[in-house]
Order: sequence, then C-alpha cells, then structure tokens
Amino acid sequence: MSTADTDTRRTPGLVPVAETRRSAEHGPLAPETLVPAAPTSAPGAFWRLLSSELSLTFRRPRNLVMLGVLALVPVAFGVVLRLMTGEDADGPMAALLEATAANSLMLTFASLSILVPMLLPIVVSVVAGDSIAGEAATGTLRYLLAAPAGRGRLLAVKYLNAALFGLAATLVVTLTALAVGMLLFPVGPVTLLSGSTISVADGLLRVAVAVGYVAAGMAALAAVGVAISTMTEMPIGAIATTFVLIVVVTVLRAVPQLDAVQPFLLPSHWGGFDAALRSPVGDMSGGLLAFAAYIGLFYSIAWARFSGKDITS
Amino acid sequence: MTTIVEFEAGAPHGAAPSPALTTKGLTKRFRGGQVAVDAVDLSVPRGSVYGFLGPNGSGKTTTIRMLLGLVAPTDGEYTMPPLAGVGALVEGPAFYPYLSGEANLHRLDAADPTASGRTARARVGQALDRVGLSAAAGKRFRNYSLGMRQRLAIAAALLGPRELLVLDEPTNGLDPQGTREVRTLVKEIAQEGTTVFVSSHLLAEVEQMCTHAGIMRTGKLVAQGTIASLSGGRAARIRIETPDVADAARVLGALGLADVRAGGDVTAELGGHAPESVNAALVGEGVAVRGLSVVRPSLEDVFVGLTGEGFDVDG
Repeated sequence: MSTADTDTRRTPGLVPVAETRRSAEHGPLAPETLVPAAPTSAPGAFWRLLSSELSLTFRRPRNLVMLGVLALVPVAFGVVLRLMTGEDADGPMAALLEATAANSLMLTFASLSILVPMLLPIVVSVVAGDSIAGEAATGTLRYLLAAPAGRGRLLAVKYLNAALFGLAATLVVTLTALAVGMLLFPVGPVTLLSGSTISVADGLLRVAVAVGYVAAGMAALAAVGVAISTMTEMPIGAIATTFVLIVVVTVLRAVPQLDAVQPFLLPSHWGGFDAALRSPVGDMSGGLLAFAAYIGLFYSIAWARFSGKDITS
Repeated sequence: MTTIVEFEAGAPHGAAPSPALTTKGLTKRFRGGQVAVDAVDLSVPRGSVYGFLGPNGSGKTTTIRMLLGLVAPTDGEYTMPPLAGVGALVEGPAFYPYLSGEANLHRLDAADPTASGRTARARVGQALDRVGLSAAAGKRFRNYSLGMRQRLAIAAALLGPRELLVLDEPTNGLDPQGTREVRTLVKEIAQEGTTVFVSSHLLAEVEQMCTHAGIMRTGKLVAQGTIASLSGGRAARIRIETPDVADAARVLGALGLADVRAGGDVTAELGGHAPESVNAALVGEGVAVRGLSVVRPSLEDVFVGLTGEGFDVDG
C-alpha cells in the first residue's frame, strides 16, 4: 500500500474528483481504510438493472394501453378488409385490398405501412421521452444515481429499454396482424410486389426482415427521444418535443422544394421495410446506415448532456 | 464570518481515527453566479454521528448532492467511501408511486452494481423490517403516509452494508413518535460502526442525536467539532437573582468577571472563577442573593452567536 497513497476516483462524467488519502497526514490507518475497497460489480449487474427497467416499462399500465391500441389496428383493419372483399373496390385501397384478400401475410405489411409513419413513432417517443425526464420528475433519478447506478450504465439501460420497447411494439403489430390475417384470409404462397411468388416460409422470413428494419428505425427514434429526455425534467415536454419533431419532419417531407434534404430525415427511411417484399429483397443498407448514424449522433448528444449534468431534481 | 471556528475534541487519546468523510475547499457556483457552497472543509470522524446544521438554503443539500456525485463541484475535493458503501436520503423520499414499497426497494437495489440479486430478497426484507414497514411492504407507494414514505427512504439507505449513511433531513414530515424512532434508529446504526452524516435545521434534534456537528451559514461552514466542544466552546455565565442589582454588578466587576450585564438579573462570564467563591464575595459585600445559577450555553446559543440569526426551530 505504500506506493498507493493517492487514489483518484473519477466520478463518471463529472469533473474528476481527486480522492486523496495521504497516510502521512492522517497517521497510521487501519489497513482497510487506506484505500477505499474497489467496488466489485456483482456478476450480471447490468442485466439486472436492464431487466428491472424492462419490467417497469412492460408493467406500466400506460405502456400496456399503448401496445393494446397498436394491436387493435391490424384487428380492425383485417375485419374491415374482410368485409370489403365482396365489393368492387377501386381507388388507392384497391391494390392493397386485392393483395391482402389474396394472402394472409399481406395484412402484416399493410398494417405496418399504416402504423409506421405516425402511430408507432408516437408510442416509441412516449417511452423514450419519458426515460430520463420521467425519473427526474419523480425524483428517483437522484436515488438511482446515488445507488450508484452510474451515469453511463443508466443511460445505456434507458436507451436499450426504449429501443427494445420499439421492437416489442413492432412485434405486437406484426404478430397480431399475422394471427388476424391467418384467421380471415387464405394462407398460401405469397405474390410479391415484383410479381414473383414465394412460399409461406419464405414469406414469414421476409416478415421477420421487415420487423427488424422497422425496429431499427424505431431504435433510431428512441435515440432522439432519449437525447431530448436528458435535457428536461418534464417528461411531457420531452415526449411532446419528440412528437412535434416527427410531425414537423413529416410535413417538411411533403414540400417538394426540400427534396434535397429528404435522405437526411429519419422518417424518410422508415417506409423502407417494403424492400422485404421485392424479389430479390431490395437494398435496405441506405436506411440502416441512416438509422445507425442517428443512433450514433443522438446517443452521443444524450451522453454529452447527461454525463455532465447537475442533477438538482 | 469567514474564518472557520474549529472546536477541538477535548481529551486527546492516541491517534484520532481517520475521518470517514472529508472535504477540502468544496465549492459550488451555479450558473448565474450564485455560490451555494463556499469552500467548505468538512471533517467527519469515523463512527461519529455528525449533525450538519444550518437554516434552509444554507447549502446543506447542495453539499450532499456533491458528495453523492449528483452535482459537480466547481472547485475543491472530497474523500469518502465508494458510493456503493454509502446509504443516502436526499431531499425527501422519491419512489415510483405505482410500485409497492418492496418493489421500489428491489428497483433501487438493482441499480447498485455491487449488490447481488441473489441476496436482494433477504436484504429488502431486513431493511423493511428495520424501519417497521414489513406489514406495508406490498402496499403501493402512492398509498403510503408521509411518515411511511420517509421510513421507506431510510430503508432504501439501509439496503446493503454501509460504511457511511448520508441522511438529509430524515425527520422531515414525521410525527413526534416517528421522530423518536428515527433518532433511535440512527443511534443503533452508529453503534454498529456506521458513520452517520445527518443534515438538519433542527438544533434540538442534532443535540440529542449527534456526537459532532458542523454549522453552515450562507454556503460557508462557520463551525465544526464535537457537540460538547461546540456547546462548551463559549464561556459559561453566572446569573444572580437579587434586588441589589447595582451592588451585585459592582462586586462582579471588582472580582474581574467579564461582560457584566445588569438587567432584571445580573449576569457575567464566569471565566475561571468558582461559583461558590463568587457567592461568598457577594454575600460578604451585603448583596442579597436570592438565586444563583451557572448557565452553560446550548448549541442554539452557539449558533446564534456564530451566525447572528435565529433558527427555524419550528421546522
């Protein structure tokens, strides 16, 4: 211990705080007081906090209601389509109607194309916007950090939780749509947008690809929501800001003069999951790259803000 | 009042134990220039119950937030056990209203990376038992009374083996019965060897519960030391009840007592004089002594003397 007179501990994200222990100043110390015992992490500590976070998220009535509402959409949509199959439909719904009526798997894609532009992002921004700001508002943030959860660990857990909630929401929509589709429409080989036909198993695989792509898009939105959440102590403010951003960007996308910025806007890429319906599967790399860039950028912003923030809530 | 009055502990017996918590020049200047904590040098002896006294707004909570890593110090440094060995109650209880008390403790325990999930159930049970909340463990926090909430926060601070307990206003919102329970609990915890750092604006509470105290005023630490040395650090006064006020004052002055004040009674700093010899001198001079007492200053007198302001005694 004679060489380790000074032990400097860096509080994560804070100005480094020198923990000085000069044995010469304090005289002989009991051995255990010389240097604070390095806190040893219990095995699986990160997963324990993540599972605590997930169980909080998936038990919270508000979140369950949102997932329920999402599940209602494919059910209602399937029923309406089933009732309309007898009639002669025309207009924009015709192609979708025809495809869905012909094959159960198409209800999944139809439901996703309805939910992905607006409702799914709203649900994800509620959980992501609430992540840090919600803890600050209840005051539990100070207790979590004093526990000590660690700022880096807590932010990672909060982000993963929001991203996993996005995946869960996508799965809820997809699985409900699959179940309703198989109940109401014929199960059989799927005719793709490009005209070729694939087996049911291949069709399910393509559904899985679409789920992965949509979930990645929602994970990118979750990064934006978490970043905004680190900037306020009002969860409603963070949620509303995320939501308003989605709406503003969606409106901007409709302006033809702004076509040049389209590729840089997150919602522009959300619809790319329909590449899974082409033969061969279309190129999703542009969208996935955009999602990765958004996650990298906004997670960095969140960390920059959260790591040095004075928690006065 | 910028210099810190250090009251040294009386009897020096061997090497003093190393402090469990020290700060050196700890300062927090908030954006906008307000200095909430101004170069505070705390020294909290290991095993002590340290009362961190000061009126509301004197910088106690900001100091505690810095110690817990919630607020970054503008300047200065501090030494204390790793946070995993520190139980904390900061600015009142805060829990998830839709979870039970027990589930809330499990949540906080999961946030501590050094705590094992395997022992969580037992430790949560013990902590709840310790604060007498076992019966209400399954009840939602939303439905807890103020006292129960405060106790749950103390239970959260006791979830693991603690080297140091930081309690910010632990008796806030408690009824007299609850206040007494908290005091007993703090004494028990201290007897087990845990150092307790407890902030309060209630002098009486600190006097009853603590072995040491530090007094804050507008962001500065104006005094610290043992309770005995703080209270005894100021001169004891002799108070004489007599109808012969003027004569008594003259005699006391002649005896060399300082700061003689004659009002309804006559008082003076006792200094090194024995009260019985003062009495003999007074009687010898023909002063009718109806009553004589020695007034040792309480912590409150010390506080008022140091800060020149009253205390929010009612809380």
